[in-house]
Amino acid sequence: MKKTILTTPIKDADLISLNIGDVIYLSGYLITARDDVHQRLIKQHKELPVDLNGLAIFHAGPIMQEIPEENGKYRVISIGPTTSMRMEKYEKDFIPRTGVKIIVGKGGMGVHTAQACKEHKAIHTVFPGGCAVLAANCVEEVERVEWLDLGMPEAMWVMRVKEFGPLIVSIDTKGNNLFENNKKQFNIRKDIVVEEICRHVDYLG
Amino acid sequence: MSTDDMREKFIDIMARFTVYSGKYLPDDIYARLEELREAEDSDMAKIIYDAMFDNIKMAGDLDRPCCQDTGVIQYFVQVGTGFPLINEIEHCLQEAVKRATVMGPLRHNAVEIFDEKNTGNNVGTRIPWIDWEVVPYNNDVKIYLYMAGGGCSLPGTAKVLMPLEGYEGIVKFVFDQVTSYGINACPPLLIGIGIAGSVEVAAKLSKKALLRPLGTHNPNPRGAELEARIEKGLNEIKIGPGGLSGEFSVMGVHIEQAARHPATLAVGLSTGCWAHRRALIKIDPAMEYEIISHKGARI
Repeated sequence: MKKTILTTPIKDADLISLNIGDVIYLSGYLITARDDVHQRLIKQHKELPVDLNGLAIFHAGPIMQEIPEENGKYRVISIGPTTSMRMEKYEKDFIPRTGVKIIVGKGGMGVHTAQACKEHKAIHTVFPGGCAVLAANCVEEVERVEWLDLGMPEAMWVMRVKEFGPLIVSIDTKGNNLFENNKKQFNIRKDIVVEEICRHVDYLG
Repeated sequence: MSTDDMREKFIDIMARFTVYSGKYLPDDIYARLEELREAEDSDMAKIIYDAMFDNIKMAGDLDRPCCQDTGVIQYFVQVGTGFPLINEIEHCLQEAVKRATVMGPLRHNAVEIFDEKNTGNNVGTRIPWIDWEVVPYNNDVKIYLYMAGGGCSLPGTAKVLMPLEGYEGIVKFVFDQVTSYGINACPPLLIGIGIAGSVEVAAKLSKKALLRPLGTHNPNPRGAELEARIEKGLNEIKIGPGGLSGEFSVMGVHIEQAARHPATLAVGLSTGCWAHRRALIKIDPAMEYEIISHKGARI
């Protein structure tokens, strides 16, 4: 199977043929943006210090280490994805405001993000959770950091990455949502399983 | 050994132990992940498990924390009343965390409430969290370390049910939470359930349930049976690694209980992610240590 590698800046045409469940890799710019970055842009109306148009954001709070001889220069130690669902509240506004094209995170996102991905031709992808050294190995350089006053996990780390992945497409530009589809399956099975267990746990009295 | 030397030794051991725990999974978790990986045959599940095992190897080779979220540090201390540093453990553990944060390095994960500032050294109000159990007529200290990551702490919940909701209510409560929030918490999960009479007891027991080694069972036969039924049931939902569906949902289900009030039936739920960084060390009065969770490990 051919390895699909997307390179920033990302255009709509790069994304529209992708479907949920596809596996891709990313080269170019990947910038961390999680809870506080979303809060500052959407709720507090602060201007982002990084132009995200056509780029990719990473729901992630890394471990970074300052390089001793080079003032203000960092190297990445570990950087795995964080729970994307926490950003569901603001992502639908974040996508059109920034022009971001690829969101990388962990687990699913909800209907509002899926709707925004459909309207603005963006995708949500997941990197395998907990695989933080594997991810760090795909980072070529940490170019700079913005909003470090938010602390190490919440700051915006601007990174150049090479073939960053595997990234599994979880929301595509048609608004299909892999995790929501899976959840429906899980819930059907859950009802059957719970009913069966409940037949055996009448311990009261 | 003078008290000063003893204190320094203890801090050094605990700092190194804390760093080590973030880099290497405990023996029982690693063995279970290998078993679960074998059972998967879908492309998606294989991609995820391959990434997980590549990551574990790379973390060891490069000597780095295997997950970037090294958590809020929690210590569950079982201290013998004769342990020579019994009066100084709290201060020593705070110092150990500060050192571990630099040595690891660990991510900065202590954000002060109200001030909303990250302390930058993983020490903050009541953090590292310390849970105490005092062991009479004993001279050692045993300390469980748990790195409480954000992803696996997010599904945590507790509720006081009315007794007539019964154990059926507990089962529904657990399954609803795991299928909604658990799928994002890096499955295959370890499920900790506490059952008690009030919410804080149930919640705390649910976390203690996560400290038990895999393969251990609740001492009550009904408790052990319920563990097995919930484990089998969750696996039948086929959440799979990363929540992307697969043959297994969980590494295990552990229940801990305390007697309840006649009018209440409280349930607590804690989840552990596949990168379950739980470690156990024993230190004796001569400051000799043994890492029980990682056989033969030296730090």
